[in-house]
Amino acid sequence: MNAPLPRSAAPCGGIDLHQEQGQRAVFCGLTGIVWLHRKIQDAFFLVVGSRTCAHLIQSAAGVMIFAEPRFATAIIDERDLAGLADANEELDRVVTRLIERRPDIKLLFLVGSCPSEVIKLDLSRAAQRLSSRLNPVRVLNYSGSGIETTFTQGEDACLAALVPDLPREAETSTPALLIVGALADVVEDQFLRMFSAMGIADVRFLPARRAGGMPAVGRNTRYLLAQPFLTETARALDERGARRLAAPFPLGAEGTTGWLFAAAEAFGVSALAFEAAIAPGRARAETALAPHREKLGGKRVFFFPDSQLEVPLARFLARELGAELVEVGTPYLHRAHLAAEIEWLPAGTRVTEGQSLDDQMDRCRAARPDLTICGLGLANPLEAEGLSTKWSIELLFTPVQGYEQAGDLAELFVRPLRRRALLEV
Amino acid sequence: MQLTLWTYEGPPHIGAMRVATAMSGLHYVLHAPQGDTYADLLFTMIERRDARPPVTYTTFRAQDLGRDTAELFKQAVSAAHERFQPQAMIVGASCTAELIQDDPGGLAKALDLPIPVIPLELPAYQKKENWGAAETFYRLVRALAGPPAPRPAREPGSRPLCNILGPTALGFRHRDDLIEIRRLLDTLGIAVNIVAPLGATPADLGRLKDADFNVVLYPETARSAAEYLKKNFGQSFTQTIPIGVGGTRRFVEEVAALAGIDSAPVLDGPGSRLPWYSRSVDSTYLTAKRVFVFGDATHAIGVARVAAKELGFTVVGLGTYGREFAREVRAEAALHGIEALITDDYLDVEAAIRAAAPELVLGTQMERHVAKRLGIPCAVISAPVHVQDFPARYAPQMGFEGANVLFDTLVHPLMMGLEEHLLGMFREDPEFHDGVGPSHLGGKSFGAPADGASEATERAPADHPPTPAPVPILLDRAATWSPEAERELKKIPFFVRGKARTNTETFARDRHLPLITVETLYDAKAHYGR
Repeated sequence: MNAPLPRSAAPCGGIDLHQEQGQRAVFCGLTGIVWLHRKIQDAFFLVVGSRTCAHLIQSAAGVMIFAEPRFATAIIDERDLAGLADANEELDRVVTRLIERRPDIKLLFLVGSCPSEVIKLDLSRAAQRLSSRLNPVRVLNYSGSGIETTFTQGEDACLAALVPDLPREAETSTPALLIVGALADVVEDQFLRMFSAMGIADVRFLPARRAGGMPAVGRNTRYLLAQPFLTETARALDERGARRLAAPFPLGAEGTTGWLFAAAEAFGVSALAFEAAIAPGRARAETALAPHREKLGGKRVFFFPDSQLEVPLARFLARELGAELVEVGTPYLHRAHLAAEIEWLPAGTRVTEGQSLDDQMDRCRAARPDLTICGLGLANPLEAEGLSTKWSIELLFTPVQGYEQAGDLAELFVRPLRRRALLEV
Repeated sequence: MQLTLWTYEGPPHIGAMRVATAMSGLHYVLHAPQGDTYADLLFTMIERRDARPPVTYTTFRAQDLGRDTAELFKQAVSAAHERFQPQAMIVGASCTAELIQDDPGGLAKALDLPIPVIPLELPAYQKKENWGAAETFYRLVRALAGPPAPRPAREPGSRPLCNILGPTALGFRHRDDLIEIRRLLDTLGIAVNIVAPLGATPADLGRLKDADFNVVLYPETARSAAEYLKKNFGQSFTQTIPIGVGGTRRFVEEVAALAGIDSAPVLDGPGSRLPWYSRSVDSTYLTAKRVFVFGDATHAIGVARVAAKELGFTVVGLGTYGREFAREVRAEAALHGIEALITDDYLDVEAAIRAAAPELVLGTQMERHVAKRLGIPCAVISAPVHVQDFPARYAPQMGFEGANVLFDTLVHPLMMGLEEHLLGMFREDPEFHDGVGPSHLGGKSFGAPADGASEATERAPADHPPTPAPVPILLDRAATWSPEAERELKKIPFFVRGKARTNTETFARDRHLPLITVETLYDAKAHYGR
């Protein structure tokens, strides 16, 4: 069995880090709206942008969702650009129409885009103005623009925008644990049960499922990042006085143990209580992972940069499933938040930060990996070249964290290989 | 600013991508931030293409804005030329790059590449996808078709030669329409010179002028190019769209006339099964079914004609999101005695469908959302497309096989005749009532409200408050319904109940009746049923 604690991990000789610049094939931060609008049940996301923005979200939203979405785009047109229409008045008009249509909305995000950033539309002032006008509907803003954010950084920007608005925890309160990052509801519930078994009673989540239930944060808040892409959110929480618990990410059994342990340590949970709380889950994860280890052991894996989940996923594949890492691409490598993960990667793993698409595709073709993890735009072209692929966006739309999902996570990587083996055509 | 929940068309550079991706030997360098690379997935996931679109994005970032985005663009053009060795390139900007005004055309020209580099000006804040496709194709034809020349007389005895213009990547059934139309032309004895953009190279565009005339399948993308070819090379182009039996027959006649040949080999042939299927007595239940048609102009007009003239439906709504073709759609709507709906606002279309209370919606993927919510059967007849609109089987919309496909597409979502009758007769059968959908669709309710709830036409489900858009208020409180009349109303099938209610209330109002009784309900029925 793998070592349960980060500190006792096998020593690593460090990674082989490369930085690349050039054409990228990644989503912008607006894409996060696709899961965030479902996570916060009474929030609405209004992108202030172009027709391209609207088209992106509806295309990324799984080739369309059959319910009325809680997101929309206020499309800037030439009248707005020519100054014929006052952009602020226009925005007020659009928001008013929206709120009339959806009286169930309690929290509205004005989401900046590439065009709104370039024309310097001040959405924070608009949010303030609309907040006072639409009271009790809260209006916040963040940028999901592709010139500033890559894919999951949109969630980071959204959560960071929530932080200044969170209730302030009293200085004298007892320490509370905050889990940061959108997780599937079922995963949250599992973690709650586990923390409760350890005796950590006060556990909160950011984002909460409803606008009215956002967690209070103060100097006695200790937080665990559930996702590796929350740079700005962590910064905002630190400013509020909260303290981050350094940990690996809860992907796979080992990552989950390390992640839970960081909380246990900070909250003075005894070794015995910790072990008792996690043992059943960890054992189930081991059982679930075993059959996948056979299929992924020795398989050569290549990651294109996408969600910033690449490093923890690569660590999971290498250490718990015995896969060999050809290249781990990531749009951005947060060295502090990923410290434990980087340490766990096999010595000499090639990690590429940034992207030069055509060069990276050349390397991938030359390496002929057994499995390539990449975005939706690249998957079919690589499949057509005979490479098995796993589209990475699914890793964000599927509950994958924690012990109970470790087997599911492994299965996501096994499925393309299994499928290829099944097909006789 | 326009509030947009769903958009019917992408921005114009997506249209340019549809042209570039359809062709080979052409490369598109798009000055755009990284988020715009999502467009690849339209082609690789929705259309399931096996290669990346031939597009290089500059993917500039905020930090580049302070420096030199123009240099970045030039590097991208050089690198793309070196790597892909295309015959020609197109260059342009997406919405964000348009704002930073780097002049992609001028920058690319300065590189002095040894191939044609065609600049595209696609105003992202005014125009949309179809316009972008048409403009791109027109610019390509203009740049590559060669100098204007009169059309040489065809050698006596040689086969007439035509081009087929319009099919693009990500087009609604373009792949199969092309096969069907090629077959028709072949049967007539007409040879096909070039198909463009789909499958053409830049060099092929230089041979467009060799054809005697052009077949325009999709005016949305090919009309401006066809007009250019007519003006400069004297090539006439077809006006008829071969959708439906009537459309196909008229198309064959038009093509035969342009080619100066006999149309008999096709028109005397077996044709489509649609006419007989439609005359078959099992189809009588289709008579005067109320349909709402919405899509791009080409498909909306074609399908509305099929619905009315070939299936005997009544077209109660007709519209398009393509403003460029508003005139044509208005003219067609007038023939059906209705006013056309010209809008790209999904909320307006939703309101119009509610108001028209159709029994079948023929629309796009957007109307599928609306129809599902309103509990109305729906079939998709036009882009915007979904992965399901690229079926594995042969499923053209055009030609005689297209007419066969349309018959099935338009009829299958409906309830079969006998089932509908029984539903009407035994309205209180617990297993066979309003809330039950057609048995061939699994018998599940498609959102019809349960007994006691008011009609879909009056009130949306709770999670979907009514739009503030101009939804006609069907309830006029001036006329009060007696409880008996209200109960009787419920015995009318839900899909026409809204209409019955409106009609009865209008009838009562016109006659200043204070109370609607069962008698009033049937008086109104007799009045409107004339």
